[in-house]
Amino acid sequence: MADRTHDDRPDALRRRLLQAGTGAAALGALPGASVLTAHAQGAFDWKRFKGQKIEILLVKSPRGDLLSKYHKEFEDLTGIEVGSEMVPEQQQRQKAVIEFNSGNPSFDVIALSYHVQKRQFAKNNWLTDLRPYINDKSMAAPDLDFADFAKGGLQYAVEADGRVMSLPMNLDPWVVYWNKELFAAKGVAYPKTFAEMIDAAAKLHDSAKGIAGFVGRGLKNANVPVWTSFLLGYGGTFTDPKGKLLTDSTEAIESAKMYQTLLGKYGPQGVAGFNWNESQSLFLQGKAAMWLDGIGFAQPLEDPTKSRIVGKVGYGVVPAGPKAQVSALFADGEGISPFSKKKGPAWFYLQWASNKTNQTRMLQAAAGAPVRNSAYAAAQQSSDFKAPKEWVECMLKSASIAQPGLPIISPVTEFRDVFGVALTNMINGADPATELKRATAEFQPVLDKSEKT
Amino acid sequence: MVAAPHPGFLARRHRSYYLFVVPALIVIGAVIIFPWLFTVWMSLFDWTIGSAAHFVGLANYVGLATNQRFIESIVHTFYFTALAVVVPLILGLVAALIFHREFPFRGVLRGIFTMPMMATPVAVALVWTMMFHPQQGVLNYLLSLVGLPASLWVYSPTWVIPSLVLVEIWHWTPLVMLIILGGLAALPTEPYESARLDGATEWQLFRYITLPLIAPFLVVAAVIRTIDALKAFDTIYVISQGGPGTASETINLYLYLQAFAFYNVGNASAVVVVFFAIILALALLLLYVRQRARWT
Repeated sequence: MADRTHDDRPDALRRRLLQAGTGAAALGALPGASVLTAHAQGAFDWKRFKGQKIEILLVKSPRGDLLSKYHKEFEDLTGIEVGSEMVPEQQQRQKAVIEFNSGNPSFDVIALSYHVQKRQFAKNNWLTDLRPYINDKSMAAPDLDFADFAKGGLQYAVEADGRVMSLPMNLDPWVVYWNKELFAAKGVAYPKTFAEMIDAAAKLHDSAKGIAGFVGRGLKNANVPVWTSFLLGYGGTFTDPKGKLLTDSTEAIESAKMYQTLLGKYGPQGVAGFNWNESQSLFLQGKAAMWLDGIGFAQPLEDPTKSRIVGKVGYGVVPAGPKAQVSALFADGEGISPFSKKKGPAWFYLQWASNKTNQTRMLQAAAGAPVRNSAYAAAQQSSDFKAPKEWVECMLKSASIAQPGLPIISPVTEFRDVFGVALTNMINGADPATELKRATAEFQPVLDKSEKT
Repeated sequence: MVAAPHPGFLARRHRSYYLFVVPALIVIGAVIIFPWLFTVWMSLFDWTIGSAAHFVGLANYVGLATNQRFIESIVHTFYFTALAVVVPLILGLVAALIFHREFPFRGVLRGIFTMPMMATPVAVALVWTMMFHPQQGVLNYLLSLVGLPASLWVYSPTWVIPSLVLVEIWHWTPLVMLIILGGLAALPTEPYESARLDGATEWQLFRYITLPLIAPFLVVAAVIRTIDALKAFDTIYVISQGGPGTASETINLYLYLQAFAFYNVGNASAVVVVFFAIILALALLLLYVRQRARWT
């Protein structure tokens, strides 16, 4: 997926982007003699840590691929050598835990998924507070432009007490992909509320033709964000300030009923075992009217070699619930290991990785949805930009109403597992209230324990 | 004639033999005995990676004994194992009897038949996942061609384990066939000749001569299949991840979650110890059966 777009990129564009992002810095670094003087005066200098070497632990993903592809650019800019390792997501998370526990991790910079690792990293002090670097004019690049980062991303990266523990890179708000052709055939408009959404699913569901009114993840663990997307719209929250779970509240039960109706009643046969890939393949074939998932699927949906519904896909913001209109948000970022002996060079890497050029590249390559607001305008100016305008609008609107899609707790995987099983059981007919009560009772001790130790 | 060596020399030489055992002992100690003892030790602690360990005695075991999900995972493991041993054994036996006979292109066909077992389990699992898809999978298409209703395969809590076993059968029946074929090739021809003279039917030949004679090979195949089925992880993890819900969660899947997703090392260690006890009991049972099935 990433390869195709990487190779498509015309050199002219790359040069233009390079100039835009790093031109100013490169100008400053050109005259060798003036560098030292500038440094002495406390001005920012990309070459400050020339000759050092840092290690980066990335996740194998289109975004990891993209950054790795341009590491040479960072090395040329700073004179810092980059050693990077890319590991598949789950293994990377395991590696992080094991290496941090050893007290001597092999990396200086680490990529993290906030929705899974934020609390775990915070509780164990596995990240370095970046404020001293951000506030130091000799360390913060002139184009860092903190105000450019979307609020949703910063909510994840910044702790409640104001410490900035990482820089956000990629946002993944959940959206509704809808098949315009199927909607038009039945004369149904895109739903504005949850009630309309259920209504639309009912009207569009047609078992005889093999068309599902709604498709989404039913597989345990993977399915939790589908439910939380509804939970947030019902005004529900995961815990109260004291850490007591609120996952068996009225809002939780109502949203679970909605999940049960959409997937169990208007979903395809066997949806209890569907992850995003099964959902995607069904939607690509034009066999599902609506699909709720992360925003990163525009590329396959608009690819004529993979999709039967090119040009017929609507990108909709999650409809409003009875209490609020919320898009469940997931996000990734990068931070610096507190054990690192090269925090300065590592900080330079973070700034480069999250700069406007790289963020624009991410969008250009459809490798993710950037955190920097400026990237959207920059990318749209390029003739090479393939994502539909509607997708960009949906992204910006969703990011503006986004809230974390999972509780910020350490045992988040266990949360997803326990509630995931409950949700799967609901698809197969179990009572939502009973299942949520059982899951809440099962998970509360796990949560209590995780915050005590 | 060389004079007999001094007794002291022999004793010294015998002592030096022990030196040669030392490397093996060290290796076994380091890679088997120490990890095992350490696992037992860890199972007595409440320990999540990233937090302090507390000694809790047998609390982890007590927890497991009352943990519905763990108990169900044992049931799933046995259900999966029973099916994944018995069916390939029967089909492998039938295949071996067929391929033992002379017929045109036997060698080529036998080669083709053994191909599945050469495939990588994860790749096999990914291909089967696509084939199982309830709407777009080829299996339901094939069923529709012969007028049968579509099945949900691994997407149904009821059918997920038999469907996963289907993958195991496809993958591992050839191995069973090869083992039994080896046994058939080694059979003497005399008992068959004399039985035929006595007017025995084909079924009687099979039932009273072939089957008893290849019994030891069947047991070997059963032992190998049992070990493989008990440790099955890759296929299940890739295809169903233990789902829908927990319908196909075997002990291995449960263990993986506890150890590598939740980082509950103490609890996971207790699971390992219980699983080890189960395997040990099963191994003793199989050894006993093997003793009885020996050629006499």
